[in-house]
Amino acid sequence: MPRKEGWDKVTGAARYVDDMTLPGMLYGATVRSNVARGKIRKISFDPSVNWNEYVLVTAKDIAGKNCIALILDDQPCLASATVNHPEEPILLLAHADPHKLRKAVDAVAIEYDPLPPVHTMEESEQQSTIIWGADNIFKSYLVEKGDVEAVWKEAPHVVEGEYFTGAQEQLYIENNGVIAAFDAENGVTVWGSLQCPYYVHKALMALFGLPEEKVRVVQMETGGAFGGKEEYPSMIAGHAALLAMKSGKPVKIIYDRMEDMVATTKRHPSRTRHRTAVSKDGQILGGEIEFTIDGGAYATLSSVVLSRGTIHAGGPYYWPSVRIRTKAVATNTPPHGAFRGFGAPQSLFAMERHMDRIAQVVGVSPVEVRRRNFLRLGQTTTTQQVIRENIDLNHLLDRALELSDYDAKKKRFTQEDKIGARKKGIGIASFLHGAGFTGSGERYLNSLVGVEAGADGNVRVLVSSAEFGQGTNTVLCQIAAEALNLPYENVAIAQPDTTVVPNSGPTVASRTAMIVGKLVQSAAMGIKQTLAKTGLLGEEYTPEQFRAACREYIAAHGTLKSYAGYEAPGDVYWDDEKYRGEAYAAFAWAVYVAEVTVDLTTYTVTVDDFVALQEVGKVLNPVLAAGQITGGVAQGIGFALYEKVVWQNGRMLNNQMTNYIMPTSVDLPPIRVFFEELGNIHGAHGAKGIGELPMDGPAPAIVNAVEDATGVRFNSIPLLPEDLFEALRPQPFEQQTLPSTRGKA
Amino acid sequence: MNASPETSAKCEIPFTVNGEARKVVAHPMERLLDVLRNDLKLTGTKEGCGEGECGSCSVLLDGMLVNSCLVPAAQASGANIVTIEGMSAHALMKPLQAAFLECGGAQCGICTPGMILAAVHLLEKKPEPAVEEIREGLAGNLCRCTGYMQIFEAVANAARRRVAT
Repeated sequence: MPRKEGWDKVTGAARYVDDMTLPGMLYGATVRSNVARGKIRKISFDPSVNWNEYVLVTAKDIAGKNCIALILDDQPCLASATVNHPEEPILLLAHADPHKLRKAVDAVAIEYDPLPPVHTMEESEQQSTIIWGADNIFKSYLVEKGDVEAVWKEAPHVVEGEYFTGAQEQLYIENNGVIAAFDAENGVTVWGSLQCPYYVHKALMALFGLPEEKVRVVQMETGGAFGGKEEYPSMIAGHAALLAMKSGKPVKIIYDRMEDMVATTKRHPSRTRHRTAVSKDGQILGGEIEFTIDGGAYATLSSVVLSRGTIHAGGPYYWPSVRIRTKAVATNTPPHGAFRGFGAPQSLFAMERHMDRIAQVVGVSPVEVRRRNFLRLGQTTTTQQVIRENIDLNHLLDRALELSDYDAKKKRFTQEDKIGARKKGIGIASFLHGAGFTGSGERYLNSLVGVEAGADGNVRVLVSSAEFGQGTNTVLCQIAAEALNLPYENVAIAQPDTTVVPNSGPTVASRTAMIVGKLVQSAAMGIKQTLAKTGLLGEEYTPEQFRAACREYIAAHGTLKSYAGYEAPGDVYWDDEKYRGEAYAAFAWAVYVAEVTVDLTTYTVTVDDFVALQEVGKVLNPVLAAGQITGGVAQGIGFALYEKVVWQNGRMLNNQMTNYIMPTSVDLPPIRVFFEELGNIHGAHGAKGIGELPMDGPAPAIVNAVEDATGVRFNSIPLLPEDLFEALRPQPFEQQTLPSTRGKA
Repeated sequence: MNASPETSAKCEIPFTVNGEARKVVAHPMERLLDVLRNDLKLTGTKEGCGEGECGSCSVLLDGMLVNSCLVPAAQASGANIVTIEGMSAHALMKPLQAAFLECGGAQCGICTPGMILAAVHLLEKKPEPAVEEIREGLAGNLCRCTGYMQIFEAVANAARRRVAT
């Protein structure tokens, strides 16, 4: 089943937003703050620049509400009085010649009365400087199951650990960009690189105070997103639209790489503390987990990221009792945001490192400690969701061990590592990932999907779900074709355009194949039923008969469209207050095994082999599914070993591909992908979500392997050669101490 | 990329693009990437980083694979330039396009034109490359979606198709 838009992509014909120009179009640029926190005292313009040539927009030009509407409306579109991070947009410029923009941006001088900034989670938690709300806390959750207090006294082992993950840049290869147009009759139109057309739609309605029919958002081909184009497009679209309204001309804003990296969202840095009561044979009796993420300067999506991190914090294990306390705190840095995995890679890194720690303390193997704690049919998760599917995690683990030749390698490495400067190690991570929105999220979203048949018998899928590489177009067309017994070639998907497609929700949370796919299936069935009810189509039919039926129906009725809306499964119960119940309609499950070499001459870690085994329900398209896994694993390897955001006063210092390093084609091991299929009642043809899962496992599997190779407990990622050097370099005899990393365990 | 095209006078720059003699009037320090995309409307060549790291803007310049974001327009004067749009008749294109589609070598597609040019360049030198040679040959082209595995497969697959025909 070839990718729907594949031919355009392999010929260079695919149209991304920067490939589009409109007559009379201007180019826009953003003047940003350069202090982390302060009051704007004075804005002055260098008199050597002829400012009459430029279109200039400030917060005063905003007709509606000066905010980027999302969850809490706390983030201004343009700062007017105060700034809360060092890249906050203050002023917008446009000019017909893009070359004349950079100099003009530099010719705007902004003076501030500085305010004390907060740059770390710890400073934020101390609350000696309050930068957001009453206590610097965007959101906190408490999950409680059983009586944790009762377990400590009798517990043979209490295992503690502290784990850290760093910020990570999505690094889609196409930077953020939009074109906006404005006219009084039609309102605002935006074409952009984005994941969620209706998020941008909502934000523009609020910013301009316009009704929904006066805002149109069109998604262009999008060159990668990974969560990084979930919320930020609302900001850049707002900016371009403000310039378009002021100038009366279309305005294009395309960030260059440095601006995109320094100013837009990244993965939330995190800190997790575990304190676990464990039986003599390695069974978890109960525990406390504290999970804290750095949300940056504004609330944006942090509450939702925190939610997913909270629910995944206990991993795929049975906790008889647990208390999970989590919070998202404010710092004066650009807001952190959505990135594939959405909080889960952070808390699962901690859980899976901690499992290896428990194994050491108890004296069992990393394999055995997992076996003894895996969730089983009928048991409940930390939110007391009953496992209703017959998932056999021991079987998954066995198969992963076999595929990776784990036992033989483990034995061989233990012997070989005693000599030489190249130490080999092997590590495991077992984990789960919830598909779709958390808890009652899908109910609130209330997605709507359409399928339309033409008189030519061709079918068009109408969804706001965006294609940005994952295969949305292909998989949704495949589902519709199968439901209608039509060849795949007869089904197309509409370009997401809010004047054409209904709101099928955002393209996030691994929900497209499972939730939207199911709705596409229902809507397609609706077409079939309509034709059957009117007697135009029998039970069995050929594409020719389908075409004849469509032609006849449309001649009589004008159009043939069918819509399907989300209906919550009856058995899904969720309590938002107590954070208890069915957190997700389905979980995907996985066991990953990483084999590494640690070179004690160069202090580099090389991943030599990577086995990714997962259960994701029915695999709808094996090539696309494998591509999701290899891509996610590659990003996970980057998260673990390469990608370090260097901060200075709340600003990313290394905002270039030259010094923020993502894996190249020579850095990656063979990534071997395997699937188990259990099937899932909630998804189309039994599919579960897949996109985010592969981001969760690589980092802990790799760091577990590095510990296996070196004997050093690294609990913080990214783990770069300089970190290894610090911990592993030979030291003068009298100074020799136990190597330690940032976290202590 | 930090040249200031607005401060220098424009000049006429002749070159061959996709087999056709073309002339543009541009600042000598204008990036070849911008000349191709903006002046000649050849938008198949993409910008990813603007500093020669990602390879999305790869084109063939006198047979060499170059990052067009690092080539000043003046340097391309008199050169023979081939972009993705000019490759359709190349003997390697059909097998490569078919293999990229079959193996999943293109996801979001933004790196794909550059990646395919890099693959052409590689297969011209090494018609049957080993996996290690494919890895080396594509090391200047970043892909954030695929983890490269399906791209390696696609290039190996294209080489086999080519040899088979």
